[in-house]
Amino acid sequence: MAKVKGAIVVEVERCKGCQVCMVNCPTDTIGMEEEVNGKGYHYAYMKNPDYCTGCTNCAVVCPDGVITVYRVKQN
Amino acid sequence: MDIKEIIKPENLVYKRTPLMTDATLSYCPGCGHGTIHRLIMEVVEEMGIQQEIIGIAPVGCAVLAYEFMDVDFTEAAHGRAPAVATGIKRLWPGKFVFTYQGDGDLAAIGTGETIHACNRGENITIFFVNNGIYGMTGGQMAPTTLEGMRSSTTPYGRNSTAMGPPYKITEMIAQLPGTYYVTRQSVHKPGPVRKAKKAIRIALEAQKENKGLSFIEFVSNCNSGWKMTPVDSNIWMEENMFPFYPMGDIKVEGKLVKN
Repeated sequence: MAKVKGAIVVEVERCKGCQVCMVNCPTDTIGMEEEVNGKGYHYAYMKNPDYCTGCTNCAVVCPDGVITVYRVKQN
Repeated sequence: MDIKEIIKPENLVYKRTPLMTDATLSYCPGCGHGTIHRLIMEVVEEMGIQQEIIGIAPVGCAVLAYEFMDVDFTEAAHGRAPAVATGIKRLWPGKFVFTYQGDGDLAAIGTGETIHACNRGENITIFFVNNGIYGMTGGQMAPTTLEGMRSSTTPYGRNSTAMGPPYKITEMIAQLPGTYYVTRQSVHKPGPVRKAKKAIRIALEAQKENKGLSFIEFVSNCNSGWKMTPVDSNIWMEENMFPFYPMGDIKVEGKLVKN
């Protein structure tokens, strides 16, 4: 069966750490970084990169549009 | 598979539309405004009408909307966006014209302009963001504030005997003959976001065919005004706002589908 693998890239300086992406991620991929960005927000990152399927749910709910999603199909 | 192998331009599936500018949004973390801006711009990009569309910015949190959406924009006096949109559309019938307003702008100070623009059936699109509070000025009670809901001017909760009950302007304008498409959407979860995008597409397509006024209400959160975290405010919105402001289409193709 083809396996779908995904990855996200977060624009760290634009992220406001609202956690909306984190709760809407169906695979528990996203977490909030302990470090803060230039504005003092705990930004989103891939806590479990292996779980990501590239479903784009995080990116479509992100109010600031900071998430870019990539996806590949593995055979 | 290594992440670096996945992150390649040919594997890209979602990216913020280039019609959103690089300016950092001035909204609070988790605010629905940013998502709604992006959805409108995505639809504009898909329809290829960036050069043909003119927006009217409101007064309120979205007063700087023109900084973030990379299309032609003008600013209107508080609540008067539908009147300005009427003028632009009548002079330039070939252009797409939309207003982007909050509940303080559209449902409070601009009620008259909104109702008359809808009654005349101006061929414009109104995007109405309802978060049940005056966000920009510090969380005062709005006409859309729910009964019993606390705000900085109703610290013991809204009392409908003294302050009147909240009102549903979307249902009200749906009764007017000039409106063609009236719907209520939200953007707090991926599913509703995708539905909201479809609604925006329908609204702008209707304008292309000169069908009449289309009106989309977005029930949104205001975590700063409600004094909650963004995630909690979305849950609170689902539990309290949605029973009073139910999701879905109210008027489709000029016919009421829900009263």
